[in-house]
Amino acid sequence: MTNAIVATGLRKSYGSIEAVRGIDISIDTGETVALLGPNGAGKSTTIDMILGLAEPDDGTVSVLGGSPSAAIDAGWIGAMLQTGALIRDLSVEELIAMVASLYPQPLDVKDALEQTGLKEIAGQRTQKLSGGQTQRVRFAVALVSNPKLLVLDEPTVAMDVEGRHSFWATMRGQAALGRTILFATHYLEEADAYADRAVLMAHGRVVADGPPTEIKAMVGERTIRATLPGADLDALAHLPGVSGAERRGEAVVLACADSDVAIRALLATYPEARDIEIAAAGLEEAFLQLTGDEGVAQLAGAPS
Amino acid sequence: MSALAYTRYELLRTMRNRRFFILSLGFPLVLYFLIAGPTRNVHNFDGTGVSAPMYFMVGMIAFGTMSSMLSCGARIAAERAVGWNRQLRISPLSTRSYFRAKVLTAYLVALLSMAVLYVSGASLGVSMSARDWLEMTVLILLCLVPFAALGIAIGHMLTPDSIGPAMGGGVALLAFLGGTWFPIPSHGFLHDVGQLLPSYWLVQASHIALGGHPLGTKGWIVIVAWTLVLTAVARRAYRRDTGRV
Repeated sequence: MTNAIVATGLRKSYGSIEAVRGIDISIDTGETVALLGPNGAGKSTTIDMILGLAEPDDGTVSVLGGSPSAAIDAGWIGAMLQTGALIRDLSVEELIAMVASLYPQPLDVKDALEQTGLKEIAGQRTQKLSGGQTQRVRFAVALVSNPKLLVLDEPTVAMDVEGRHSFWATMRGQAALGRTILFATHYLEEADAYADRAVLMAHGRVVADGPPTEIKAMVGERTIRATLPGADLDALAHLPGVSGAERRGEAVVLACADSDVAIRALLATYPEARDIEIAAAGLEEAFLQLTGDEGVAQLAGAPS
Repeated sequence: MSALAYTRYELLRTMRNRRFFILSLGFPLVLYFLIAGPTRNVHNFDGTGVSAPMYFMVGMIAFGTMSSMLSCGARIAAERAVGWNRQLRISPLSTRSYFRAKVLTAYLVALLSMAVLYVSGASLGVSMSARDWLEMTVLILLCLVPFAALGIAIGHMLTPDSIGPAMGGGVALLAFLGGTWFPIPSHGFLHDVGQLLPSYWLVQASHIALGGHPLGTKGWIVIVAWTLVLTAVARRAYRRDTGRV
């Protein structure tokens, strides 16, 4: 198996801000990899370097066996960048046809429109689309190039639930065709559901790299929230599976290392608990505990 | 892969921008009739040897076509603002093809602007041999080359917010010092400054009606020098411009 992307010792600063502080990533062809991390983790800067849009201050990137610009000139990369609207005064179909004309072996324009669910709005002008429709057109722009490597920077931002669903369904099909896919996201659930592997970034470094389930276990603490007036916080914190407890008005919020064990223990001890919610802690929340260099060092030292 | 297809879509996009057309073709037209209408019977305008309708026709063409060339920059800035510039960077579209599409589009608009003003000039009595019309057209198109480079350069350096005032001010100044609104005195400071600007020589194209070569060696040197400098600036601006705006 050959490498689609090999990044070694990448660093990039913008002024005094160190956006990327030395990362190593290697992605095999055919893999679907999520670049996971909160805002400001350095995901977009890393992607810019992989695409040759930013020159690394230090380190090297190789894409499909050569430089990023060689891969781009060969038409092997399709990308959906994070920033972006569309140029105006073209219909959706014309825009996709224009992009297709730039590539040596593009998909058929009609096929690309069909696959991205744009057939119904093919005749509409690009400046008259909704946010979700715009995102789908941008996806079609990336896809119509018929790329070996598909790079998507937070593709589902601005999509509604239904849009997300059909977007990921299309993506699955693309992965099945053998394309290598790298997507950035700050949703742990997206990485978990659609990637073979997740690379977790924080503060410009890779802090974990492995199957999404492992990453999930590392950061995926859950919380149980229940209305339980007058309960003893100290006793709650000592329930099996619970790592911490705090009061929020009438309710208590339990941070759980193992929410399955904790919910059984909670109900056995406090049958009067009601309005129970169990939720996965978001990445942002998980990183809240890990911010600062200490947290990063701790995570970086963890097995992946 | 076809770079021509890209040019074709660029042209299509420009043609569809109706507001842009009305403004960039209409404004010089209205100005022309306002200025040249009352002086239509002046045959030797202000000692230039050229009739007033002729002088102002080329003056307004200079103004209109300079604006057309620089408006290419406004379109580039708008593309950059939505991140489209970066999207093109990650496609196999070559720099050469990209520039070619932009320049061809700008020239098309400039040609339309010229055609409209030629017709207006003829309606106020401007008449020349077909050969002179043709020669003047070629001269004007050549004198516009540095402006094409300038348009691309500012498009990659300025934001859509700042490009409007920069273009408006820049074109007005170049037009003024080039003698678009009134002939530059035949000697003195304004004359010396004007002769160093490409816009001055653009306006001089009207002297084709007098026979001979309106630009002379000096004019060509100015045009070529500005072309070389501004092309280098445009190239540099384009290369540096890969970041998120």
